[in-house]
Amino acid sequence: MTKSGKPKSTTAMTESITGKDSPEAKAFQKKIDADITIEPKDWMPEAYRHTLIRQMSQHAHSEIVGMLPEGNWIGRAPSLRRKMILLAKVQDEAGHGLYLYSATETLGISRDQMIEQLHSGSAKYSSIFNYPTLTWADMGAIGWLVDGAAIMNQVPLCRTSFGPYARAMVRICKEESFHQRQGYEIMIAMAHGSPAQKVMAQSAIDRWWWPSLMMFGPPDADSPHSAQSLKWKIKRTSNDTLRQKFIDVTVPQAEFLGLEVPDPDLKWNKKRDHYDFGEIDWDEFYQVISGNGPCNKERLDARIKAWEDGKWVRDAALAYEQKKQAAAA
Amino acid sequence: MTSKERQMKGKKGQITGKEWPLYEVFIRSKNGLAHKHVGSVHATDSTTALEAARDVYTRRQEGISLWVVPSREITASDPEDEGMLFEPAKDKIYRHPTFYKIPKDVEYM
Ligand SMILES: [Fe+2]
Ligand SMILES: [Fe+2]
Repeated sequence: MTKSGKPKSTTAMTESITGKDSPEAKAFQKKIDADITIEPKDWMPEAYRHTLIRQMSQHAHSEIVGMLPEGNWIGRAPSLRRKMILLAKVQDEAGHGLYLYSATETLGISRDQMIEQLHSGSAKYSSIFNYPTLTWADMGAIGWLVDGAAIMNQVPLCRTSFGPYARAMVRICKEESFHQRQGYEIMIAMAHGSPAQKVMAQSAIDRWWWPSLMMFGPPDADSPHSAQSLKWKIKRTSNDTLRQKFIDVTVPQAEFLGLEVPDPDLKWNKKRDHYDFGEIDWDEFYQVISGNGPCNKERLDARIKAWEDGKWVRDAALAYEQKKQAAAA
Repeated sequence: MTSKERQMKGKKGQITGKEWPLYEVFIRSKNGLAHKHVGSVHATDSTTALEAARDVYTRRQEGISLWVVPSREITASDPEDEGMLFEPAKDKIYRHPTFYKIPKDVEYM
């Protein structure tokens, strides 16, 4: 396995855990072990704060950037019903991003700082959104597979140790279920439609299957932050466990559609009571994460343009408020 | 800079930086229940904060009433004072009805 594009920050966190044995740090871990939620004003290790800021802001950015591949199809939805649904889903993703920015701000980073980090490339977002949406069937595959994988990742986070994050995740999880179901409904329509539609549906699963499996992150053995995050209960379940769970529930759904999962090594393992599956191309994952995916530039350019185009609105609203305050003074 | 420091930077109600001020959002889900904190929004004034809160937090009829409060106006107790503030009530079990033994034959008490 090559990891050419892998980020090099893997030791930064362990180094910054200083004073690990201080009385505060011990009391903190005791609270975590007792499943007592950490709230914003509580004492926390700096590394815990930084890990959360990194993970939560990355999560928020993913929701925001995640609107782009689907927004691309709102104007071309095949019916008014589908258009209303897609619009509502994309609005939900905006909401998810905003809940998460708001929760992250309680850790002491400002929203502008987070947006700055996204635009400068120092903060990441989920690599899945760097793939293009080529046909309407991709709206089905994204809802079904991408939101499906997101749900699998997010449900355990409803019990994450940081209160504002856990509460935001509860709201988000309640809203996600419709996203997956509307996607699967599109897949049913396409898979049972004309031969051309069926080809589109198969092509969508062919393109989205592997990137969806990558959404769970690198294998546990190569996941640098996992052990500490599990100890802090920021993360509640390991990447590989979630990935296996996703495959196990999703393969029968693909079979129901009569579509082929693009993995020749996929087969049920009676002994393990799980599906065995083929090797994931992690090189591709690290390439896409580090900026070399098919749409990285397009996505970031679109976000930066939206931010810059909106500047006059932000400035005008501030100027108006300042004028009102000056008049009242 | 912590959120507290950031919020205290400006004078009351005054906009200092380029970033819109933060408002905490509270929702009453139905009559009979208290407003409950759900998150926050950025806005330049309370009217637009209400509009943003409505868009962000009530897309599924989550509420029938909204409050928005400038975050910097909230004074919160310090977690370090938790013991000092709340522990004195711990040993006053005589404030609870179960502390008292009343003979079984006495009814309606
Ligand atoms: Fe979402
Ligand atoms: Fe979603």
